[in-house]
Amino acid sequence: MGKVVLVTGVARQLGARFVRAIRQEPDVDLVVGVDLQPPAYDIDPPQAPDRAAADGRRDRVADYVFVRADIRRPAVARVIAEYSVDTVVHMQVSATSLGSGGRGTVKETNVIGTMQLLGACQKSPTVQRLVVKSTTSVYGSAPRDPAVFSERMQPKTLPSGGFAKDAVEVEGYVRGFARRRPDVAVGVLRFANIIGPAADTPLAGYFSLPVLPTVLGYDPRLQFVHEDDAVEVLRLASLDARRGTTNSGTFNVAGEGVLLLSQCARRLGRPTVPLLLPAINWVAGVVRQTRVADFSPEQIRLLTHGRVVDVTQLHETFGYRPRRTTAEAFADFAAHRAPGLLPPERLTAAADRLAGLLPPAGRPHTTQPTPPEPSGPAAPAPGTLELDLR
Amino acid sequence: MSTAREYAMGDAKVIPIDSARGGSAAQPAAAFGEEAGGRTGGRRPSPLSALPSPPRDARRGQDPSAGEAPDRTAAVAGRIADTVGQALSGPLGGVAQRLLGRGWEGRAANGLAFLRRRITGDYEVDEFGFDRELTEEVFLSLLRPLAEKYFRVEVRGVENIPAEGGVLIVANHSGVVPLDALMTHVAIHDHHPAHRHLRMLAADLVFVLPGVNELARKAGHTLACNEDAQRLLERGEVVGVWPEGFKGIGKPFAERYKLQRFGRGGFVASALRAQVPIVPCSIVGAEETYPMIGNARTLARLLGLPYVPITPTFPWLGPLGAVPLPTKWTIQFGEPISTDVHPPEAADDPMLVFNLTDEVRETIQHTLYRLLVQRRSVFF
Repeated sequence: MGKVVLVTGVARQLGARFVRAIRQEPDVDLVVGVDLQPPAYDIDPPQAPDRAAADGRRDRVADYVFVRADIRRPAVARVIAEYSVDTVVHMQVSATSLGSGGRGTVKETNVIGTMQLLGACQKSPTVQRLVVKSTTSVYGSAPRDPAVFSERMQPKTLPSGGFAKDAVEVEGYVRGFARRRPDVAVGVLRFANIIGPAADTPLAGYFSLPVLPTVLGYDPRLQFVHEDDAVEVLRLASLDARRGTTNSGTFNVAGEGVLLLSQCARRLGRPTVPLLLPAINWVAGVVRQTRVADFSPEQIRLLTHGRVVDVTQLHETFGYRPRRTTAEAFADFAAHRAPGLLPPERLTAAADRLAGLLPPAGRPHTTQPTPPEPSGPAAPAPGTLELDLR
Repeated sequence: MSTAREYAMGDAKVIPIDSARGGSAAQPAAAFGEEAGGRTGGRRPSPLSALPSPPRDARRGQDPSAGEAPDRTAAVAGRIADTVGQALSGPLGGVAQRLLGRGWEGRAANGLAFLRRRITGDYEVDEFGFDRELTEEVFLSLLRPLAEKYFRVEVRGVENIPAEGGVLIVANHSGVVPLDALMTHVAIHDHHPAHRHLRMLAADLVFVLPGVNELARKAGHTLACNEDAQRLLERGEVVGVWPEGFKGIGKPFAERYKLQRFGRGGFVASALRAQVPIVPCSIVGAEETYPMIGNARTLARLLGLPYVPITPTFPWLGPLGAVPLPTKWTIQFGEPISTDVHPPEAADDPMLVFNLTDEVRETIQHTLYRLLVQRRSVFF
């Protein structure tokens, strides 16, 4: 008998993609998706019958059931019991709500939802594995913290509000659950900013603004992880650990390398407008009101001080090396966005043109005067000029 | 009411003039390039004014300015590129060579390549935000004249820094403004055969201040905490630490060259854990750059700063008083103190850590006294 995987938060893009990936696993028999609304994304794995037939592989995918349930209510316990779920993948911890609902609803879903889900898991005898999608924002963003966070480090000041605080609380409950149910393998995945062609995160919204407001005097270091890598890490974490690796515990998930915000803006070809911090807060308020992009205070802190995490544990203990580095993930994101006002290609072309017009180095001008451009005004022999100078 | 209207009308009258001026100033490089090209036809051009500096012009043309259509920006940039290039390949080449010296084309091409990488974001930074290219091309180029011409830094014992692998440099701190740290960076990069970069551990105040923190991160510095220090040392970097901190840099002139307390020896513990040698470094000359004769404590508390210096010239002469005195500097790197004779767990042994800390401190203090005895004068 195969595994039964329960996935919360399938209405989102990442949840839907994860369901698609996990349904193709041979060990998985049934995938139960739980969310408040049915997914707007395709959850059927891509059909490739001809290739599957040629390979002689089975083209069976695991069955999928969608249960419309609110994880804030005890109903989720019934779902776990009904389908004898053995693997729970909790992805409904997010910064924004789908559709309507303010910050209060989001916080309730994150915190109360996790408490209900963990309570349900604790009572269930069948659950053997729990995977929680967390975020690196549990480390906060502050100038007085170490430059690179590893999993064991605690920030000097815990995040005081917003999504980051939710994530800290969620991780606290998960740790409590792990103590009470030591027989359940618990994996907490702290994702850096997930980015990719179809990313719908607040940061992706920020990078889609025509002109990027930045904080004057700060150039934060950012890290990204590509959607494909995020789905792959979630997939590996929800299956049995491969030989020589451990997939229970807490892991930072981020692409290798670091990009500065200024680098991101230049690679996107979007001009930046450095503003003073109070002005930024005001602009953020306006932007939030007009719903152009979600500009929460913690995001402003991220875009002020930045955050970088250590991914050695992911590489060595978890045994996965993201296929795309931070820069490559960002390049893939940039390639799927409309070009900005200052596309890098044009700037490069202009600089190249200028460089091409320079006379080649080391050639004396007096002996080999370059012929004047046909359109340019008639130039005198350089010799005259030198005479004049003397 | 009427005054307000007059004011507004006054404003309205001013606007066209301003905008006209702004309009003509918007493309000075292009207009000026054409003018220069045209003038060379008969009369003699003023060599200084006809000297275009291509990188700056190009940047002006491509500066990200909001609201400008991409086509126009690109067109302007292209036009500037054309005119400047024409002028350079044509009549102005000789002038440029005469004024900038031989090989200016190569340097201009390098500058353009650098600019090109900068404007497209095509450069690497490490996880601490260290931008090697920017540091080498800009920061160190700006600091080098200060080190070589102004302070005439004499560097001794640079061979005590290994060519590769982690090493912790511990130095005395002095001189109100941490110029000594910057000069040590220049000294190590320029005099060490491997041109290594000094990664400094800076006070948290540096990372709180806007602007300063950006520059510090790009120059490769990081917060003075055990985690960062150990991480840098394990990556095999040259890490610089000034354990006296603000106590050393903000001490009164009367206490010059007297080492202050060396903290709790956290830097020794980091070196022990990472098993890297400690190189003591003594800097002479920095104390006299700003002789601090007083400290405006109340103002410092108001501004949240550790001290507000009062020197014979500052704040009396205003910004002029902030110019450091041109003292003669000596930076001496001492014999490395190896830590790999102790196991990494020795970092948790407070007695050993205190002993090593004292050893480093004594070495620096004695070297300072020796150098001071040898010194002929403060300024020569």
